[in-house]
Amino acid sequence: MAGEAEHGGSGFNIHPMDQFKVTPLFGGDSVHWYTPTNATLWMLLTVLAITLVMVVGARGRALIPSRAQSAAEVIYGFTRKMVEDVAGKEGMKYFPYILTVFLFILFANLLALLPASFAPTSHIAVTGVLALAVFVTVTAIGFVKHGAGFLKLFWVTSAPTVALRIVLAVIELISYFVRPLSHSVRLGGNMMAGHAVLKVFAGFAGALGLGAIFPIVAIVAVYGLELMVACIQAYVFAILTCVYLNDALHPGH
Amino acid sequence: MEGNIGEMGQFIGAGLACIGMGGAGIGVGHVAGNFLSGALRNPAAAGEQTATLFIGIAFAEALGIFSFLVALLLMFAV
Repeated sequence: MAGEAEHGGSGFNIHPMDQFKVTPLFGGDSVHWYTPTNATLWMLLTVLAITLVMVVGARGRALIPSRAQSAAEVIYGFTRKMVEDVAGKEGMKYFPYILTVFLFILFANLLALLPASFAPTSHIAVTGVLALAVFVTVTAIGFVKHGAGFLKLFWVTSAPTVALRIVLAVIELISYFVRPLSHSVRLGGNMMAGHAVLKVFAGFAGALGLGAIFPIVAIVAVYGLELMVACIQAYVFAILTCVYLNDALHPGH
Repeated sequence: MEGNIGEMGQFIGAGLACIGMGGAGIGVGHVAGNFLSGALRNPAAAGEQTATLFIGIAFAEALGIFSFLVALLLMFAV
């Protein structure tokens, strides 16, 4: 694959997948679990940015909020309403977790749009851990709250016959265990595809040199689309967490 | 002509897998279009249903993402 990027064009060649390489920050080639890499750096920057907006920005608690405070208030209120609407009053107990996940993904996605940055959420390893954490937590909540009654989630009582219920139970069971996969790959795939498209157009612009007006216009348009996708995917991840949580809290159909 | 037939199969398979993403595109468009037609009939009720819209879009999109995943696996993992 990597060999194809070397053909044709002037010296400015970019392979669209090169931006996703995890490299150690302080030289060296080997990556161990304790090695600080560019992924570590950008996740750290994500956490710092969240702290800056949510803790430092909202510290004033002014009656007439500053810009940072009103941004923090809008994000908080938006997420609160989302959890309450989808997961109900009982779901509010888990609101801090959902807000944390939402903020992490939103800020990681947005920071990844800075030039020369790294997108942690484009890696299945990162989104997979987030989705698995949600899956395990939600399943545990379901069994702790309802015991074996949680299995009612798979027994669709609104179906008319028992034979149909057995078929539906198999389908529901499969769809339940596919959840962490689709949950993680949706976010990772969307981010990765978007960044790869940006780099492909950047490669066109580099190859064309001075006549690169069309690729640059395309990059601006795709960048706007990516800005939207970054927000929507964070929202979708959070709202699906709420849906799964709602299933665990109210397993009956 | 270079390369072997296995690699050719990989590339053709990845390209074929991407057809599935077209299906997901149809699905997402169907969800959004039906939401819009419903929302234009009763705009007052539309605001509360945006969450449902996004959940529907996410579920329709998941299957396209699976085919994307298959394409990626064929290109980089097999």
